[in-house]
Amino acid sequence: MLSSPQRKPFSPRAVLVITLAVGVLLFGALFTGILVLTAAIKPVMIAAFLRQVVGVDPATWPHTTLVTWVSMAITALILLTFGAVISGATVWWEMRVSARMQSRIGYNRAGAGGFLQWIADAVKLLFKEDLIPAEADQLLFRVAPYFVMTGFALTFVALPFGEGLVAADLNVGIFYMVAVTALVVVGILLAGWSSNSKWALFGGMRAAAQVVSYEIPAGIAIMVPVLMAGTLSMQGIIRAQGAWPWQWFVFTNPAATVAFLIFFISQLAEGNRTPFDLPEADSELVAGYLSEYSGFRFALFFLVEFGNLWVMAAVLTTLFLGGWQIPWVSAADWTAARGALGDLPGAGWWGLQLLSMLVMVLKTLVVLNVIVWIRWTLPRIRIDQMMNLCWKYLVPFAFAAFVFTLLWQVLLARVPLLATFTGFIMTGLFVAMAALFGRQVKANIAASGDHVDLTNW
Amino acid sequence: MTQTTGKLLGWILGTALAIGFVVVMGQLAIGPAAQSMVPAPATSAGLTEVLFYVLAGVTIAGAAGVALSHNILYSAIGLLMALLGAGSLYVFLSADFLAVAQLLIYIGGVLVLVLFAVMLTNRITEITVSNTSLGLWGGLMLFVAVAPVLLAVALVTPWATITPAAAAHTTETIGDALLSRWLLPFEVASLVLLASLVGAVAIARKEIKAD
Amino acid sequence: MPLTPLQTYFPIGLVLLVGSGLALVLLLLANVLGPRRPNAAKMSPFECGSVPVGSARDRFGVKFYVVALLFIVFDIEAVFLFPWAVLSTELGWAGYVEMLIFVATLVVGLAYVWKKGVLDWAE
Repeated sequence: MLSSPQRKPFSPRAVLVITLAVGVLLFGALFTGILVLTAAIKPVMIAAFLRQVVGVDPATWPHTTLVTWVSMAITALILLTFGAVISGATVWWEMRVSARMQSRIGYNRAGAGGFLQWIADAVKLLFKEDLIPAEADQLLFRVAPYFVMTGFALTFVALPFGEGLVAADLNVGIFYMVAVTALVVVGILLAGWSSNSKWALFGGMRAAAQVVSYEIPAGIAIMVPVLMAGTLSMQGIIRAQGAWPWQWFVFTNPAATVAFLIFFISQLAEGNRTPFDLPEADSELVAGYLSEYSGFRFALFFLVEFGNLWVMAAVLTTLFLGGWQIPWVSAADWTAARGALGDLPGAGWWGLQLLSMLVMVLKTLVVLNVIVWIRWTLPRIRIDQMMNLCWKYLVPFAFAAFVFTLLWQVLLARVPLLATFTGFIMTGLFVAMAALFGRQVKANIAASGDHVDLTNW
Repeated sequence: MTQTTGKLLGWILGTALAIGFVVVMGQLAIGPAAQSMVPAPATSAGLTEVLFYVLAGVTIAGAAGVALSHNILYSAIGLLMALLGAGSLYVFLSADFLAVAQLLIYIGGVLVLVLFAVMLTNRITEITVSNTSLGLWGGLMLFVAVAPVLLAVALVTPWATITPAAAAHTTETIGDALLSRWLLPFEVASLVLLASLVGAVAIARKEIKAD
Repeated sequence: MPLTPLQTYFPIGLVLLVGSGLALVLLLLANVLGPRRPNAAKMSPFECGSVPVGSARDRFGVKFYVVALLFIVFDIEAVFLFPWAVLSTELGWAGYVEMLIFVATLVVGLAYVWKKGVLDWAE
């Protein structure tokens, strides 16, 4: 521990209390807001609320539209705030994990365990000079962060948080999620080009080429769960799965396991995550398309990059890992808990919603941690390897998985039990592999004379 | 000298074509349409209408940006606005799949391709290279020729209006239509895509050898 | 009560507005709060501390363009696949074969591109 010359204003205990309070209040407020508002902005709910709580007839009351709009705007604001906060928290978490993995201390100054560091960073960046290089294209340089930001914000519209907890359950949900990436690509290209810097241009070109390339295997891999669910709606895809692992798409069909891996890799590449971080490879391209950005413009790019981890993980959970499905709760139970459609739902329904949200968040966090784990384990690949992997391996395998799923669905129509059977086998295989992996890790730790130390956080 | 002659010839030809276009269209489209003209049904300007005009405005402003901008990359931004606006107008027609497809193909694909092409080309932002103009006279002529026809068509045609229906399953309908009624065009589309792949290869190989 | 598409898609427009509004407000705030002391060295593009050599807007490898072309072709293909994938259970064998022909044509295209070496990044 370095000794600081100044006296610290707070005792360690006070710091811990403050940190916990900030964390719990922030996330508590955001999750409550998402829980209540995403469920409440449906017109049926607003009508019921107006009738039962406010005591007016929604059809004739002049302010019904206004209430709808305002509640939608607040929801949008909360979802975006959540995106920003989760992005900051992810940065903190990733830095802590990477520090552990590299035997460093990591963030430990602002707040307990450095948890408040991301808030401090955001405030600091607000007070930084906003530099625009003299020869940069002024307009495009200023506009590029907006494209990236809106592309990110738009994903939250169709991102499910629970059974009834989605801002808009679009008919074309997953298709829409793929499409809004387009705005991010345009933003990255403009950022790279407008900077008038070689590093930025190279980074921007690489990033755009990488993102568009990996959209192809991702798009074909998505077709597998779509085929299995028969719908493009995010909620529809989750409803087609069950709560138990052997009812998840990833385990009920061997091709879906392949599709899951392909989609996972493609998501890493689209998010410019290691091992696919060549567009912003700091040791070769400075910071890629971000090189010339500073101050809060840089912060916006950074926010999107880390906030995207949540989106990636949530989409993976939705498509392959059963989403918010709760064990022992069937679709009929949901309908029963909802009660009459014209009324406000009872406490039981809200409890179920909360539970479904917990499941979804938990699964998303697990996937997110795997992404973090991969980043600090694998080295960066070269650009030719990146292109080869995409077009020579992922795309053909994605096509193969797609065609296999076609046959599989035809087979399933004859033998419905096949899905359950495969589910059990694949889940068992996965558990066995995880156990073997754990044993190997334990053996490795023992062999190196090291030990697991979870105390020093 | 030859250049001016060529330009002059082009203008004369253009003027003749423009006049011919107006005359022919007047005979074919405006005349018959004017006869069957019906007064537009009076509708109240609700929120939907306001939203429609805002989005239409965005589309037109984007298109104007494409045409009038001196920097080809600004034109690309204008194109993005126009495409986004047009895509959002599809939603008014209950065509949600089409709207998202517009976003995916035109902005994610075509616009990115255009941006790549622009950025790959040397000195392209210099106005003399990329955004040369044929002159105000030519543009004005074309405008005079086309505008009345378009305006007449827009104002005179008895447009079918429908009240917005509940969200239909457009994706399924499109899938069904593609695989039954429009099967041949659908399969031909794959051939067109194949041809464009071959074309891409041809272009790329030549370029790489030339390096 | 099913929603009209306009009602369903209204949140998208709203999030678009709120998202760019949020970015705008934050950037304005940063503009007000941050200092502004530009000098020539600060405003020049970053090139590891040395004076930038040549222009950044030089010609670029055509390979990137080919990647974008490949992307468009397969992107359009995916757009065709989506509406069909939703329907796959109802279409039966006829639909299955029809789609297989469509996909096979594109796989042939991919094989051709592969054979021609366009996918080899390193020359």
